[in-house]
Amino acid sequence: MNGRTRRGYWNPYVGGVLLGILLFVTFFVTGHGLGSSGGVNRVVVAVEDLVVPEHVDRTPYLAEMAGGERNPLDHWIVWQVAGILLGGFASGMLRGRVRVETYRGPRITSRTRWFMAFAGGILMGYGARMARGCTSGQALSGGAVLSAGSWAFMLAVFAGGYAMAWFVRRLWQEG
Amino acid sequence: MMAPWDLVAILGDAGAWAVYLAIGFAFGFVLESSGFGDGRKLAGQFYLTDLAVLKVMFTAIVVCMILLFWSTALGWLDYDDVWVNPTYLWPGVLGGLIMGVGFILGGYCPGTSLVSMATLKVDGAFFVAGVATGVFLFGETVSGFSDFWYSTDYGRLTLPEWLGLETGVVVFLVTCLALLMFWGATRLRRALHGDGS
Repeated sequence: MNGRTRRGYWNPYVGGVLLGILLFVTFFVTGHGLGSSGGVNRVVVAVEDLVVPEHVDRTPYLAEMAGGERNPLDHWIVWQVAGILLGGFASGMLRGRVRVETYRGPRITSRTRWFMAFAGGILMGYGARMARGCTSGQALSGGAVLSAGSWAFMLAVFAGGYAMAWFVRRLWQEG
Repeated sequence: MMAPWDLVAILGDAGAWAVYLAIGFAFGFVLESSGFGDGRKLAGQFYLTDLAVLKVMFTAIVVCMILLFWSTALGWLDYDDVWVNPTYLWPGVLGGLIMGVGFILGGYCPGTSLVSMATLKVDGAFFVAGVATGVFLFGETVSGFSDFWYSTDYGRLTLPEWLGLETGVVVFLVTCLALLMFWGATRLRRALHGDGS
């Protein structure tokens, strides 16, 4: 994959400054940062609570979010994640990027891409809960407030990615 | 009134949710506009063909950090009242390593996959389904290793505390680190892949 996808994206420094201001405003008015995986987590737990409520009540990690009368969706992050979907959709609409397609490397089929995306997603979801936050909640938000653990986490994410990149280059790069 | 504010007390439940919806909207908008709905662009960071992940993320961290630092110094914000992710060192590092592998296999992180799915990318939707599966599996297995999950708990530990330095010094050093990374990564990318800009 030589060169970058030039599709009218913002200059990364402009995007970064705007994201930094947004993150600051978020901390200023709410006292905490941004998040993503926590919202997905609460939706999953809400489904579990519908299907197997006794199991949720018996598992301490799940009961904290959905035990008894507790509604796992009654939490700020759920609204914020709904906003992410709407904002992403709006930005894509404005620039004609909303259409059904698969972004994949040049050497693999769409089916391979879907399988790897699903597998990568499982690891990402599992790891994000293990680390108590994802790229948004730990790296970005924790990094900006100078949490020591968030910086150790950030190094680990990049280390894991760079350590594996060479082995899976066929997924992304040309021959 | 010193920040951070208690949104629910000021605006009520519905008002607070509306603010969170608006914050999320802006977040999703910036991510998509920066090209983060495209897994190839994100994965490019790990082959040094595209540095947008590094540039957007560390620019955002530095800008937010400086604004937080100054608003605290000016007495507008109570930093002690701001949520600082508690440090659970080894669970965080292990989770981060797993996520790094997931990132390079799948091409997204949880937030960017939501944006990708919102613009109808099939790979993004598969990734979101994977994340949902992964968080489900974690919830079902964490009781088997909760000792580890709660281990190396340092609580609210900040870099200035850990390094024994003034906050202002750390803010300055982190800013220098970011600029150094932008410069170094750009040079490295040019050396490896040629083209300008």
